[in-house]
Amino acid sequence: MDALASLADGFAVALTWQNLLLALVGCFLGTVMGALPGLGPSNGVAILIPLAFTLGLGPTEAMILLTSVYYGAMYGGRISSILLNIPGDEPALMTTLDGYPMAQQGRAGEALALSGVASFVGAFLATWGLVFLAPQLVKVALLFGPAEYFALFVLAFATLGGIASRNQAKAAFAAALGLGIAMVGVDGQTGVPRFAFGEVHLYDGIDFLVAIVGLFALSEVFIFLEHRGEDTVEGHASKVGIGRVIPSGRLLARCTPTMLRTSLIGFVAGVLPGAGASLGSFLAYSMEKKLVDREGTFGKGDPRGVAAPEAGNNAAAGGALVPMLALGVPGSGTTAVLLAMLLALNITPGPLLFTQNPDVVWGLIAALFIGNLMLLAMNIPMVGMFVRVLLVPPRILMPIVAMVSFVGIYGISGSTFDLLVMVVFGVLGWVLRKLDVPLVPVILGVLLGNLMEANLRRAMTISDGEWSALVASPLAIGLWTVSIVGFVLPILFGRVLRARMGRRKDEEGAVSD
Amino acid sequence: MLATSPIRRLASAALVALGTLAAPALAFEPEATECIAPANPGGGWDFTCRQVGKTLQDLGLIPGTMQVTNIAGGGGGVAFAEVVNKRGAENGLIVAASTATATRLAQGAYPGNTMDQVRWIGAVGADYGIVAVAKSSEINTLPELMDRIKADPRSISIAGGSAVGGWDHLKVLIAADKAGIEDLRTIKYVAFDGGGEAVTQLLAGSVQAFTGDASEAKGFVDSGDIKVIAVLAPERLEGDFGAFPTAREQGIDAIGANWRGFYAPGGMSDEAHAYWVERVATVYASPEWKAVMAQNGLAPLDLSGDAFRAFVADSIASIAEISREIGLIK
Repeated sequence: MDALASLADGFAVALTWQNLLLALVGCFLGTVMGALPGLGPSNGVAILIPLAFTLGLGPTEAMILLTSVYYGAMYGGRISSILLNIPGDEPALMTTLDGYPMAQQGRAGEALALSGVASFVGAFLATWGLVFLAPQLVKVALLFGPAEYFALFVLAFATLGGIASRNQAKAAFAAALGLGIAMVGVDGQTGVPRFAFGEVHLYDGIDFLVAIVGLFALSEVFIFLEHRGEDTVEGHASKVGIGRVIPSGRLLARCTPTMLRTSLIGFVAGVLPGAGASLGSFLAYSMEKKLVDREGTFGKGDPRGVAAPEAGNNAAAGGALVPMLALGVPGSGTTAVLLAMLLALNITPGPLLFTQNPDVVWGLIAALFIGNLMLLAMNIPMVGMFVRVLLVPPRILMPIVAMVSFVGIYGISGSTFDLLVMVVFGVLGWVLRKLDVPLVPVILGVLLGNLMEANLRRAMTISDGEWSALVASPLAIGLWTVSIVGFVLPILFGRVLRARMGRRKDEEGAVSD
Repeated sequence: MLATSPIRRLASAALVALGTLAAPALAFEPEATECIAPANPGGGWDFTCRQVGKTLQDLGLIPGTMQVTNIAGGGGGVAFAEVVNKRGAENGLIVAASTATATRLAQGAYPGNTMDQVRWIGAVGADYGIVAVAKSSEINTLPELMDRIKADPRSISIAGGSAVGGWDHLKVLIAADKAGIEDLRTIKYVAFDGGGEAVTQLLAGSVQAFTGDASEAKGFVDSGDIKVIAVLAPERLEGDFGAFPTAREQGIDAIGANWRGFYAPGGMSDEAHAYWVERVATVYASPEWKAVMAQNGLAPLDLSGDAFRAFVADSIASIAEISREIGLIK
């Protein structure tokens, strides 16, 4: 058990008062940053890099601080998703689907506590995965060429039908809209700008965060403005209770298989450098829905629908550290920033990192365990505090949401153009809500569209335009099979089921006549 | 600015104590410093910003910490346009640049932008190009790779971190041209988001060769996962990369030097420009920077101020000529 011995050394490094304090500060700041719409893990980490330099921290200490912020932000993102239906960052997007309905049913405390536990389980298992499997897992990442990545993104879109809407056509429309928005900007394969209308700010494409904050937060504000003075909104909010703040043992037991399964999915998605935490939480949710949602309760406040994406995205955060440490290739925006930090500290991540800088790697992993426990201990008691947000009347809460949105987005980019884009997305979100079009697939289209296109075109270049290259490896075939089955089965079975239910109704009707 | 003034005072005190500054240089002192890396974290420009920023801070040459902003897109075009159009008069800002910047300017790939719209600061070294294959590849030399391309261009895909027509692509074309390959357009080049992703795809076996800069491949060369078959330098590099033969040794007279340096907004004041030229030159001359260069396979290139500007102009002219020769531009 070499790994365990190294881990023990790692704990010796991490368990100093200074490092514990750094981890605590990092966890707290991370949770707050994650909860604020607009500030996500990658900006959170980037903002604290100068602090790490100014404090003159060594590589291990700096990494402990920054990864605590990273894990903290992954925890924090769920808070505004559940309470306000506004994702704090992009991996927390899926948590809105069942978290917000739970809050509306007066179970906000339960949802927050449960998601805290799910976050812990996901991150905890992923950290063990990092301990034992990092060197082997790198080989998994190497199985994925452009064709396999493309198939993986197809899988994500194929399972999309299941989420967010009763109306499949509207969900498909929303995803297509998102894909269209993703096409804006300079095309990486040729360097030619598309749909940029000569506007240089659009060359970089539409920032996900700007789109998320506009679509979710601002449109919420617009809806409130539209209904101003009407009792429904006010009355609705005041009726929402807090609910219990500790989840019952039965609920936890019921969600445990979900958490274990989705941790695995999330971890694997995290390990793939081209996939990331958002894809992890998305696949975790849609797979889990396909697997266990027999009563059709997902999307209406099913606790398992809260546990799934949270375990998934926190496991993905741990998984994303595998390619970063072992290959020097960042799997997400946040690990890209962490990687840059390591480089600036004269540490070259890569195949030799585990042997050349064991103190950094194992100290870091030990710090992840410690940070994770701290986050669980910090988050459960704080649930009672967070849920009080719901008691704030909308006429006060909504202006605050608007303010935080504007300040958050301007704080990241320093660009007034982004604020205008955000307002445009706010209006778009308002229109889509009026038309009952789900917003989540729009964001997924924006998030995954570019990567999907780039990988398709790379695969085509390599194969000289031979489409069969897309199904040339067993892995690609497997992914396509799952996609097709996942797409076709619900359509067929849905029809059969509906037909059977319809018939039964007819029969019942006939009997009662 | 209550928060910054004590730091500034400290920094200027440190500078006076160092005694390395002439009086006029103190005429300008930036409130905050920023370096734009026109690509995502992890690539060459990001490396330039972060390492130079850290050295500036370690040597006490700037007040506080240099903020590094990543503005990715369009092979640096987004950042260039941002600096020209929106941040043209900032005195605390420098932008990482390299041969890739010159390549794009030469090919007119930054629409409406020219090198005269910005002020050039100085170089901090040159990163010579490498061509590498996977450890297990049957190919051992650059001529072998070129022969295979000649025999069947479809059998070899080459991955790089720059867009089609970018410097990583151009390097391969230069080598292929020198190796006597007639139709350069038959060479398959696959663009990835940065050198790290491109190397990973080489290890994954999706592509047969990788082209990039020495510094991008360092971690994988050390571990022995990739095999460098040629360094596109006039002579063998110093340090770890000295073990690998140059293309010239193998009879293919191709040189691909990716210089790394900085430009600044065109409206920067003369005092601020002088400040940055002096600071970057000081970093370049420091033993700390020599160590960074040695560790990362950077070769010397000592140019600053007007000399650097002239060098960039030459560089753009010669890349335009190569691009025309191989049919990339008319």
